[in-house]
Amino acid sequence: MSKQQNTLMGWIDDRLPVTQTYEKHMSKYYAPKNFNFWYFFGVLSMMMLANQILTGVWLTMNFVPSAEGAFASVEYIMRDVEWGWLIRYLHSTGATFFFIAVYLHMMRAILYGSYQKPRELIWIFGMLIYLALMAEAFMGYVLPWGQMSYWGAQVIISLFSVIPFGIGDALTEWIRGDFLISGATLNRFFALHVIAVPLVIVMLVVLHLLALHEVGSNNPDGVDIKKLKDENGKPLDGIPFHPYYTVHDLVGIVVFLMIFCTVLFFFPEGNGFMLEYANFEPANGLKTPAHIAPVWYFGAFYAILRAVPDKLLGVIAMAAAIAVLFVLPWLDRSPVKSWRYKGWISKVFIVVFAAAFVELTWLGTQPANDLNTFLARFCSVIYFGFFLLMPFYTRMEKTKPVPERVTGGH
Amino acid sequence: MSQDGVNKGRRTLLVGATAGVGAVGAGFLAVPFVKSWLPSEKAKAAGAPAKVDISKIEPGAMLTAAWRGKPVYIARRTQETLDNLPALNGRLKDPENSNKEQQPAYADNINRSRKPEFIVLLGVCTHLGCAPKYFAEVQPEAFDANWQGGWFCPCHGSRFDLSGRVFNGSPAASNLVVPPYSFEGDNVLVIGVDEENA
Amino acid sequence: MKKVFALIAAFIPAFALASESGVHLDKHLTDLTDTASLQRGAQTFANYCMGCHSLEHARFNRVARDLGIPEDLMKENLIFADKQFGELMTIGMQKEDSKRWFGATPPDLTLVARVRRPDWVYTYMRSFYEDPSRPWGVNNVVFKDVGMPHVLADLQGRQVKGTAQVAVGFDTLTGQEITEEHEGVLYLAEEGKLSAEEYDKVVYDLVNFLVYMAEPIAVERERIGWWVLLFLAIFFVPVYMLNKEYWRDVK
Repeated sequence: MSKQQNTLMGWIDDRLPVTQTYEKHMSKYYAPKNFNFWYFFGVLSMMMLANQILTGVWLTMNFVPSAEGAFASVEYIMRDVEWGWLIRYLHSTGATFFFIAVYLHMMRAILYGSYQKPRELIWIFGMLIYLALMAEAFMGYVLPWGQMSYWGAQVIISLFSVIPFGIGDALTEWIRGDFLISGATLNRFFALHVIAVPLVIVMLVVLHLLALHEVGSNNPDGVDIKKLKDENGKPLDGIPFHPYYTVHDLVGIVVFLMIFCTVLFFFPEGNGFMLEYANFEPANGLKTPAHIAPVWYFGAFYAILRAVPDKLLGVIAMAAAIAVLFVLPWLDRSPVKSWRYKGWISKVFIVVFAAAFVELTWLGTQPANDLNTFLARFCSVIYFGFFLLMPFYTRMEKTKPVPERVTGGH
Repeated sequence: MSQDGVNKGRRTLLVGATAGVGAVGAGFLAVPFVKSWLPSEKAKAAGAPAKVDISKIEPGAMLTAAWRGKPVYIARRTQETLDNLPALNGRLKDPENSNKEQQPAYADNINRSRKPEFIVLLGVCTHLGCAPKYFAEVQPEAFDANWQGGWFCPCHGSRFDLSGRVFNGSPAASNLVVPPYSFEGDNVLVIGVDEENA
Repeated sequence: MKKVFALIAAFIPAFALASESGVHLDKHLTDLTDTASLQRGAQTFANYCMGCHSLEHARFNRVARDLGIPEDLMKENLIFADKQFGELMTIGMQKEDSKRWFGATPPDLTLVARVRRPDWVYTYMRSFYEDPSRPWGVNNVVFKDVGMPHVLADLQGRQVKGTAQVAVGFDTLTGQEITEEHEGVLYLAEEGKLSAEEYDKVVYDLVNFLVYMAEPIAVERERIGWWVLLFLAIFFVPVYMLNKEYWRDVK
């Protein structure tokens, strides 16, 4: 540690380890030099989190959290507040791009086995972030108090009613604070959405990063770069995060922003997948929309829910689909991390699983008919098969030898 | 990894260029967030010029209108009270309107108004913002034995004459504010617009 | 990667372009830059719709500014009662009254083009037909048993649903229209004040106005979008070069 004496920085460092922290996490954090495209999505997720918090704070300045005022206040933001439309679209489009980044970030972990020992805790924190994010997004979608806000909340909260022994009904009533979705529900969701859940998410992100920097980053080869070090004790295949990955991530950020801004400025409704058309109609408890669909990022789990003909079993299946992700580090028994060196069964399963997840996402937004239900069941089987068969196929299959040093890249 | 033969000048230039363009971008991004704090269309509509029909105000009576959420007093004075105004100068803090911010140029006269008989004042006490009460009658009042008509602030006892000028011995330091206004024809007063028929 | 896309494509079912009820919708080629059309649409809305339908999230002055309507003209033609220029475009009709008259309160139409989509509104306004069994004597193809009367009937004329000759194409030799007899089609039994083309144009302008109304910032939004993308493209240059420069160290 290069502590400076007799300078302002030295004075501060004696009282708060600023330089030490900066070095530990930035200028002397050695990351593998072979990061590829998939490694942009961690920093992009963080950027979208910052975007959501900043625009969210600005939205609360004009949003009216009441059943009477919420819908009109959103239109007030869209029309009467100067630049309010941009801040609102940044938030609504931002939610979609947050989930895109997070899903690709999770896919990266699956491809390269970033959840495997010793990174189980990073994965667990990540999954907790994902869980909190789903709660955050769901409650946020209720706030504009349109038809889809209302009926989406109605459907999702009703899921709790399947809990037996009379607990379910009491629980749904407690969550709603009323005998149906009402202003009371809106107000508590507002409080949770703007304060409680964001706090939890930010704290989990800090833990996620601390845990990552303790064990170091994985890489596309799944090679442990700490095994081979030079005479100064620096990993041979490692480079300081700053400046190399800061300038590298900046490229990814600008490209991502181009795509984000294209959607934001030219397709803010996302063809009805981001801002659903029915949600431009104020909530009406007496009139159910013909087709209740979640926003796209919940599609997969909604499709799994609907794929099961029994209500209780459907909810269990949906909960299991999320819960199974938590135990992923212990399902993978492969001696290698990256899919590059796993056997062909793993490779096929990963591709088919990804395709099934995309298809489930699509199906969740579509009306249920015979074909869609069949496809949803088929894809649900693949989804669970990928996880539940993993202990067997990862142990059975023949893996390739993992190289000593990282490959490819620069 | 090696740093041999690094072109430091080029790196500095590129860091500078990136930081510079980035700062411009951050500046642009800040605009919506800063500007969204300006009065919205709703606030502007509420703050739009208010039109008041003054034909129904009897001599000596007062009407309270609202403009930008503040009360505006419109009082119709009799010739007698207008004639009485110069006699009060000796008892006032600022009889000559030396504080120019308290009234537009066209109201910078002893009547503090465009048309002598109509006085238009913000009903906000210049002391601490209470709404002064209108006491039109020339009669001894509890707060002033020699009362000649005007406004009395119930909060801290500031007294103003029928031109909104503050009396000596009041906690308020300056005269009541005359808002910008104009007339549309004889009977319509427009509060918030300076020019005639603007 | 190719494999993945092939798999996804195989799964995605064919997407039928039709409304929920399966009725074919005519395409509305929205043009928000056609100010004259928007102005005519606003005029039609004020004359025929605003008796019952409010635009409660919009303000008169904003519409006048966006559509290039001078203030006095706007006040004269579009602002009723003693409304101020900056006020919301609400209406005087009481919700309880209208519910008694129509069976349902006529909805606010500020966002109707975003809820129902332009094609639907365009088709709806041209799909009323005579049906004596309904309270107002009309029914609608895309909105069955609608509670709304056909307010533009005097412009369109008497439209009925029945068997009529429908153009199905042109004879390649003579260039003459080929017609077939179809059941359940709409046809004009009696022309109104306007020809069929003129009526379609009136509805086109009206829907254009409603699309503007649903998102008044749309044109400006896209204009700003191009500048943002231009900025990002410029920003990309030093960012890309900076990355390349530093990564020369990494071997």
